[in-house]
Amino acid sequence: MDFSHILNYKNFGLKALFALFLAFLSFNAYSNQENATIEPAGAEAGHHAAAEEKFDPTVTILEHISDAHSWHLWGHTSLPLPVILYTPQGLEIFSSANLMDEHHAAKPYAGKYYTYANEHEHIKVLKADGTIDESVSILDFSITKNVAAMFISVILILVIFISVAGSYKKRVGKAPKGLQSWLEPLIVFVRDDIARPNIGYKYEKFMPLLLTIFFFIWFNNLLGLVPIFPGSANVTGNIAVTMVLAFIVLVVVNINGNKYYWAHIFKPDVPFWLLPIMWVVEIIGVFSKPFALMVRLFANITAGHIIVLSLISLIFIFKTLAIAPVSVAFVLFMDVLELLVAFLQAFIFTMLTALFIGTAVEEHHH
Amino acid sequence: MELVTPSIGLVFWTLVSFLILLVILKKLAWKPMLGAIHERERSIEDALNKAELAKQEMARLSNENEALLKQAKAERDAILKEAKEIKDQIVNEAKTQAQTEGAKLIEKAKLEINNQKIAALDEVKNQVASLSLEIAEKIMRQQFNDKQKQEELVGELLKDVKLS
Repeated sequence: MDFSHILNYKNFGLKALFALFLAFLSFNAYSNQENATIEPAGAEAGHHAAAEEKFDPTVTILEHISDAHSWHLWGHTSLPLPVILYTPQGLEIFSSANLMDEHHAAKPYAGKYYTYANEHEHIKVLKADGTIDESVSILDFSITKNVAAMFISVILILVIFISVAGSYKKRVGKAPKGLQSWLEPLIVFVRDDIARPNIGYKYEKFMPLLLTIFFFIWFNNLLGLVPIFPGSANVTGNIAVTMVLAFIVLVVVNINGNKYYWAHIFKPDVPFWLLPIMWVVEIIGVFSKPFALMVRLFANITAGHIIVLSLISLIFIFKTLAIAPVSVAFVLFMDVLELLVAFLQAFIFTMLTALFIGTAVEEHHH
Repeated sequence: MELVTPSIGLVFWTLVSFLILLVILKKLAWKPMLGAIHERERSIEDALNKAELAKQEMARLSNENEALLKQAKAERDAILKEAKEIKDQIVNEAKTQAQTEGAKLIEKAKLEINNQKIAALDEVKNQVASLSLEIAEKIMRQQFNDKQKQEELVGELLKDVKLS
């Protein structure tokens, strides 16, 4: 029997890779579970010391995808970031370097009004005896790692697009060149394939919002994939960021909703005794659409980061360098996939935003 | 739960930075860029439309030229045909004329020859007659001198007459 033709199938290699990948993925999940059962909730106080002995991927991964008050660069080097606290007694601003010692362990800091400690990236007020005082509620407006990364991406977007806009002014009526010719297809794509088909002839009014959403999400997704300093933050994989974006969409959609949109919600074409149920359903619908946007972006980006970090964690779980080539191969594969996901999620978010705006400004009604 | 609990700080800063980004980009980037793209698209469309019109115009002109050429060719052919006909006609006319002229000349020549012949014969006859008379006179004068000879001569003459 000759089975050599199997190897000639075009996607055989890809299938094999997938199978192998899935096998490792399930194994990893299993190992996570095992770690969780063996080490319930981890050692809270002696976490740093425990990490030296037993590697817990869950803690490491969650640490990496969560926000932080300082930007870890390498080893014991971190970029301190400003901590801004709104306390009952007033605003308090100090460097996050004050909240940890030279070994990156949390230590209390006596500020102007209270003594603060970094309790798992939540700034808490300490009583005189060193225990946490829950009675004082403070609002944390710190420039965290995610905020700083977002500022960097915002500045990057501004620099790129303002310079490209400049070349549009310089080269009026000419063919695009350089960065301009790289970005123009994307702008035209947002206009012709997202805004126009979904919104209709009123699309021009919403173009700035759609373009900003698209490039903001895309740039942050891409920067999130970069494992070193300017990137490495999980901005679009943070529920607060996606919540704000979804909230903006909610506001824009409902402000621009015309009488047909509201009539569809409050006077749907159903028997009168169904109206109360329809009101509930439609009002839930108003909020569930942006909610889905929020969860979709957050979950997709976070999941991608978790998978990449899990694959890297394999090396530390097995405690052998032999697994490194396998991990690196899969991480490479995932990163390429994440490049696609980064674009896809930006596209889907923008697309659905355009769709929701489209239903809100739709003129005729069936 | 930590993952799905939005922190107030990040919410605040995201809102601020996104809105600032939106406002600045709207003013400094999207407006000029979309305007320029729209403008360029319109100019390209215009250029294409103009090219299409020019193409149609060209086609119309070349059609016209072709028609003109055809007409000119037809005219030339007609003129050539006419010229050929005229030529043939002239040649034929000349031929027939020459023939008739020739025939006439021949006829005339024949007539002349006949006339000349008749005239010549007449003259010959007259001369023969006068010569004969003279001869006869002379002979008569001699013969009347000699009786015998007279008779001989008459006899000879008679013989001649019979022979002729």
